[in-house]
Amino acid sequence: MIPEFGHFALILALCLALILATVPAWGAWRGNSVAMSLAPSLAVGILVFVGISFGCLAAAFLQDDFSVQLVASHSNTLLPPIYKFSAVWGNHEGSLVLWALILAFWTAAVALFSSQLPLLVLSRVLSVMGAISVGFLSFSLITSNPFARLLPGAPADGADLNPLLQDPGLIIHPPLLYMGYVGFSVAFAFAIAALLGGRLDASWARWSRPWTNTAWAFLTLGIMLGSWWAYYELGWGGWWFWDPVENASFMPWLAGTALVHSLAATEKRGLFKSWTVLLAIFAFSLSLLGTFLVRSGVLTSVHAFAVDPERGMFILVFLALVVGGSLTLYALRAPAVSSRVSFAWVSRESLLLCNNVVFLVAALTVLFGTMFPLIVDALGMGKVSVGPPYFNAVFVPLMALLVPVMGLGPVSRWKRDSLSRWRGELIIPTVVAVLCGITLPALHAPYNIWVALAVLLSSWLVLGLVKDFWERLRSASTTAGGLRRLTPGYCGMVIAHLGFAACVIGIVATSQYSVEHDLKMDPGDTREMAGYNFRFIEVAEVSGPNFVAQEARFEVTEDGVPVASMNPQKRRYLASGSVMTEAAIDAGLFRDLYVAMGEPVGDNGAWAMRLHYKPMVRWMWLGAILMAIGAFTAAADKRYRRQRKALPTADEAVLHGA
Amino acid sequence: MHPVRKQRLYLVLFIALFSSIAIGLVVYALRGNINLFYPPADVAAGLAPVGQPIRVGGMVLENSIDRAEDSLAIRFKLTDYEANVEVVYVGILPDLFAEGQGAVASGVLNEDGVLEATEILAKHDENYMPPEVTHALESSGYDEKGNAK
Repeated sequence: MIPEFGHFALILALCLALILATVPAWGAWRGNSVAMSLAPSLAVGILVFVGISFGCLAAAFLQDDFSVQLVASHSNTLLPPIYKFSAVWGNHEGSLVLWALILAFWTAAVALFSSQLPLLVLSRVLSVMGAISVGFLSFSLITSNPFARLLPGAPADGADLNPLLQDPGLIIHPPLLYMGYVGFSVAFAFAIAALLGGRLDASWARWSRPWTNTAWAFLTLGIMLGSWWAYYELGWGGWWFWDPVENASFMPWLAGTALVHSLAATEKRGLFKSWTVLLAIFAFSLSLLGTFLVRSGVLTSVHAFAVDPERGMFILVFLALVVGGSLTLYALRAPAVSSRVSFAWVSRESLLLCNNVVFLVAALTVLFGTMFPLIVDALGMGKVSVGPPYFNAVFVPLMALLVPVMGLGPVSRWKRDSLSRWRGELIIPTVVAVLCGITLPALHAPYNIWVALAVLLSSWLVLGLVKDFWERLRSASTTAGGLRRLTPGYCGMVIAHLGFAACVIGIVATSQYSVEHDLKMDPGDTREMAGYNFRFIEVAEVSGPNFVAQEARFEVTEDGVPVASMNPQKRRYLASGSVMTEAAIDAGLFRDLYVAMGEPVGDNGAWAMRLHYKPMVRWMWLGAILMAIGAFTAAADKRYRRQRKALPTADEAVLHGA
Repeated sequence: MHPVRKQRLYLVLFIALFSSIAIGLVVYALRGNINLFYPPADVAAGLAPVGQPIRVGGMVLENSIDRAEDSLAIRFKLTDYEANVEVVYVGILPDLFAEGQGAVASGVLNEDGVLEATEILAKHDENYMPPEVTHALESSGYDEKGNAK
């Protein structure tokens, strides 16, 4: 009965979403406050029913109810309970329910935490989110019902979850990523509501900012976890492949980054209003496009589940409706909301504009590289693939252009600044950055020009931040007083930008300094790599809850001193019979050692082994975590929640800092 | 000109300049970095270019895998049951690479018609077939087991 309850709850949620999408919107149009005030309770209602539905699906998985088709094909009695639970979203149907749940969660969050919003705006925002819910819930119910039964003929045991997905990283990666993806629907809903109302002012930007920052932070964490998972789970030590599905999550991130920054200009100075709205539409459309790419099976990827043209068609139509509808609305209404404010070229505004152009162009080039094979295929011109060299060639120069501007950003002032002031502020950071760029890479022979460039750029960025931070403390009478005066918004910006610098260093250092060897090794062999001696002792048989494995025993020494004992595995999963590599990683702040098993070679116990030395690879993920912490900190700024009696003038807003 | 208009003009010029740099980069990067897919039949028919990066996909022919004793070199044949292409590769293969399974090899075709692969992709779960392999089999008219349709 439980799956039927779940199915029924999902249908009820769809009905509530239909009401939410229509009645409050009608109320907002006709000025009917009773209809408008229905919106928050409907939003909570959707969360309750999608929650019940998700709970029923999880119960079916945890109870090994193999009469449910989804459970039979993605779970197994031997699976550890935590993976039975994460198997709920380790497949197409279940991941859609998760998507709907998270959308319901965001909708309810907007309903509950927006007491300062005028009812008119709130009802429009919630209606838009309700309409998105209608799309996803009907997609789930019509094309991919998660509760379909296998009756009669339920199997005695399930077919097991894909071993690649049996991993702690995969328990939290999809929910975090979806929190980010779906979170942009809030910014989108605010933008659409503003267009519908024809009123776009500083308070609109102030309402959108914390939501956008939070969504962006979740998306950053989700992408970071995905990259980390690929690194240790796929067994070849790569952390970013420019795989279409990675791109699908990266494009909304790029657009979202642009949005976060242009919202700052819109809130503080009332600038770029219609541009910000367009970015909000763009970021969410890219999230939807990502869903389409991943879920329609048009791509070769780890994330592609079973191919079903009907599903692809549904999302494509939904995408066309959302993008087409919102762009039409934008075309009709944007002239009414566009800003009439001018700004000086030497000012923080123009630097933020640079940020926007760079990130948007980056998003478009990634979009182009991802869609190009699909377009060529659709035109019948053959099957091509666009590989990492394309993305690196385009993306790396763009980011290199960005960092000099990023270093200037914190020091610059709103409205009008002067070049001579910039010169005065930045002369010391410039000199120190150049010195760092020249000296630091010399610590690692041979001298690498790309690392030098990366160090130069990121130390410029860091020193600009430090300089500004110091100026702020110095201008206060006491240090403690100066610290108190720093707003969470400012601190968040500093943390996130430091994270970006760490990320740049990590990516460049690990790409340039990594040593990778694929070798044939006999038991007893010792190989030297980057100063470490890897001794292959033996291969032993071990067994886990649902697999048996051959485990290689490695001892790693540096100058005769033991560093680590590493035990990579080659696992055979009992239910599916599939084989999987489990890499052994000795992690460190400045270097990772990585050993993975290939296959047996010859008959006398030799194995193909993959040995990697990866300097500073952790910096990349730590940097991403810092970026997320920064965004969360900024979103926690109290002034977003304070009720304002009167709107502040632009000058007052400037006093609040970044 | 009105200052706001003038500023807008500069803005448009700036964006246009920047986008053309980006487009230039894109075109430059695309030139060397796209590789076309060929089914084994096309390679055997001599339709695939020699010395350029390409991808070939099909089923790994039964009893065709030949591993070297003293290195990680491997030699195998990819087939769409109409023609075979010989592939050589040095390195570690994906976990699900096996005879009778679908695989895609990317690399460069040499003078002897042997694909010198730099990367081998196999399917990542039991029920999934790379779209390229499906396409190759469709155009040759055989199913995965090699039976004519």
